[in-house]
Amino acid sequence: MRRRFVTPPGGISVAFVFVALLILPTADLEIVSIDPWPEMLRFGMGLLTPDFSRVGDLTEALLMTVAFAFLGLVISVVSGFLLSLVFQNVVVRTTCAILRSVHELFWALIFLQFFGLSPLTGLLAIAIPYAAIFAKVYAEIAEETPSPAMTSLNSQPGWLTRYLYGRLPDLLPKFKIYALYRLECGLRSSAVLGFVGLPTLGFYLETAFSEGHYSDVSALLLLFFVMIATIRFWVRPITLPVLAIGSLAFLPWGVVDIEAANVIRFFTQDIIPSPLRSEAGVMDLIPWLSTLLFEQIFPGAWATIQVTMLALVATGLLATLQFTWISPHFAGPAGRTGGHVALVVLRSTPEYLLAYMLLQFWGPSMLPAVVALALHNGAIIGHLIGRQTEDLRPRLDHPRRPGDRYFYDVLPRVYPQLLAYLFYRWEVIMRETAVFGMLGVATLGFYIDSAFADLRVDRAMVLIFATALLNIGIDQLSSRLRTLARNSSTLTTSRPGLQAANA
Amino acid sequence: MRVPQADQLGRTLRNRILLVACAFSVLGAFAPIASAEPFVFTAIPDQDESRLEARFGKVSHYLAQELGTEVKYVPVKSYAAAVTAFVNDQVQLAWFGGLSGVRARLRVEGSRAIAQGYEDQFFETYFIANSKTGLTPSDDFPVSISERTFTFGSKGSTSGRLMPEFHIRENLSLTPEEAFARVGFSGDHSRTIALVQSGAFEVGAVNFKVWDKELELGTIDPSKVQVIWKTPPYPDYQWTIRGDVDETFGDGFSERVTDVLLGITDKEILDAFPRSKFVPAQNEDYTLILDVAKQVGLIE
Repeated sequence: MRRRFVTPPGGISVAFVFVALLILPTADLEIVSIDPWPEMLRFGMGLLTPDFSRVGDLTEALLMTVAFAFLGLVISVVSGFLLSLVFQNVVVRTTCAILRSVHELFWALIFLQFFGLSPLTGLLAIAIPYAAIFAKVYAEIAEETPSPAMTSLNSQPGWLTRYLYGRLPDLLPKFKIYALYRLECGLRSSAVLGFVGLPTLGFYLETAFSEGHYSDVSALLLLFFVMIATIRFWVRPITLPVLAIGSLAFLPWGVVDIEAANVIRFFTQDIIPSPLRSEAGVMDLIPWLSTLLFEQIFPGAWATIQVTMLALVATGLLATLQFTWISPHFAGPAGRTGGHVALVVLRSTPEYLLAYMLLQFWGPSMLPAVVALALHNGAIIGHLIGRQTEDLRPRLDHPRRPGDRYFYDVLPRVYPQLLAYLFYRWEVIMRETAVFGMLGVATLGFYIDSAFADLRVDRAMVLIFATALLNIGIDQLSSRLRTLARNSSTLTTSRPGLQAANA
Repeated sequence: MRVPQADQLGRTLRNRILLVACAFSVLGAFAPIASAEPFVFTAIPDQDESRLEARFGKVSHYLAQELGTEVKYVPVKSYAAAVTAFVNDQVQLAWFGGLSGVRARLRVEGSRAIAQGYEDQFFETYFIANSKTGLTPSDDFPVSISERTFTFGSKGSTSGRLMPEFHIRENLSLTPEEAFARVGFSGDHSRTIALVQSGAFEVGAVNFKVWDKELELGTIDPSKVQVIWKTPPYPDYQWTIRGDVDETFGDGFSERVTDVLLGITDKEILDAFPRSKFVPAQNEDYTLILDVAKQVGLIE
């Protein structure tokens, strides 16, 4: 048993906990509010007393949330699939890495600059990063799925025919599972886009929350959970055309006109660094960039790394607890049902929304960000691991005490898998951390939001690019560590689970 | 009980019918709308949204009636979004703050400030403090607010950001980040009041009109939060219109809009702002705001 702790997964965990401990004293984890409890109590009461009297008005917001998510997903599945066919191409791969490293909310802020509140803004904000993710995951699925039919087929019929008949049937079921899972993410993304002004659920949630109408918040959240929990009932082959056409027609196309002049202005003026637009010219570019670098990018990146590392370790710790809620080794049937509900609620609530709510109570330190990320991501991993323990046979000497069972049987056996999931979530956590800046935490998103608020699109673009680079760096690092862990231990990974963790 | 239920059912049903109807006429949805383009306006989201919607619903109705055209109000979630919509010609008229108005007019050639509230000629920012801080009202700038936690309103607000930041820099010779233990941006004035009242922040800067209105409505608990300093007056909110509306909506349209706005006498509309009346405005009225914004570094 002791060997476990010197094997690489153990070593890596110790290294991460060590890094987190080093960061801990430097992080701003204060509860800023003098007295947060009365408001939290009011919120708790509101949650228990959902008020559905305004549901009529909110139906539209719910349908809008579905429409953006569904159409965004259709676009991204199709384009992501096509891209996956040429994913070996280094240009395609690099472009996709950059596209998916930019958060949906940042994409939305960019498109708002020239498409305004047109539905196109929301659709592209979802479709672009999602297409890049689909491209990567579909390419990986294809790579790992053997293709006996394709190779055994005579090359006579031409590539397309062979692909359609010999290859696609093997891949399609896996593609479908992943697309369905992505739809759930799409609904969360779509809801959150309301925070920047699109007419989805987030728009009304933010209003209701900021005005303290917690019973309305409760009703909205419940409807959202029901919507997500019932996906497999309303997304079926037969409903797809209706959903597609209905969504297309339901989106508010008439709100604004798309004008070429705005697009041209954005690309030829707005995003050009301001020194290049004035007479000062190139000479002023260096001070402009260095100010941006030293006053915004470096402090923002540091804060982003601080929150990410703390959240990552907290997620891991929480997941080791959360999986027991639904594991037959630790909970009875009733307890497991409760555990499932808790985990569904935590992972269906967008982490942005969780952070927003906690921030209103505790004030803008890193604490709400870390807690929101840990709760949400811990629930995702806890769910996947908990499910796996269902197939886990107890050891022959079956320890009687739950504590022994946990530490000496179940945990060591699921731990490498848990760690693998955690590494997959690393980049996701960082993407979210950056975006939390828009809520007031001092991560990169704070400076991006300020740049947009000051109508300094040129700065915002540089900051977004820097954020993307940071994400790509973490992505690379995590994939190296995964390889390292896989090569030097018995760490095995099951695909469907990994894809879910790789969101 | 029955009436609202029937109402809800009706709405759900209406939405469903709408959805199906739309599904069958998807091509029709893309066809350009035959009737004339509506005149669209927006406003900076400076306070509770329900209040904004009540206010601009009335304004929209009034404008449509007086101008004889279709008028639409588009709510946005940020000050920058209001300016961007104006720059993109997605709205033609906007109720801007001093700073957002200046920013918008710098970007849209020919756009003009046409009307402001009477009170906007001498607007004020109130510095408010949670009573647990022990800070008390004074006529001079309250130097003792340094080292406390401080919240502005929106990052793009005149009364909630620009002017308070200007006075902080003037009086403390420090940037807000240097002067305070923590600096926040609440998002809007209603939330600034709520945050200082709850103690989430010790001190805040708020639009005096929103403060007075909330005091009157009873949402403020004077035992928990009070005004500790008032800034000298400055020009703030105004209606700004794009220069090219005459081309789109006919000659003399901007003059008509100006006259209609200045002619608002309906007490219900005025109270919703709340302003006693609207008076003429012009771009030059906001030179002070532009200068201060440049000084603070919010405009190049």
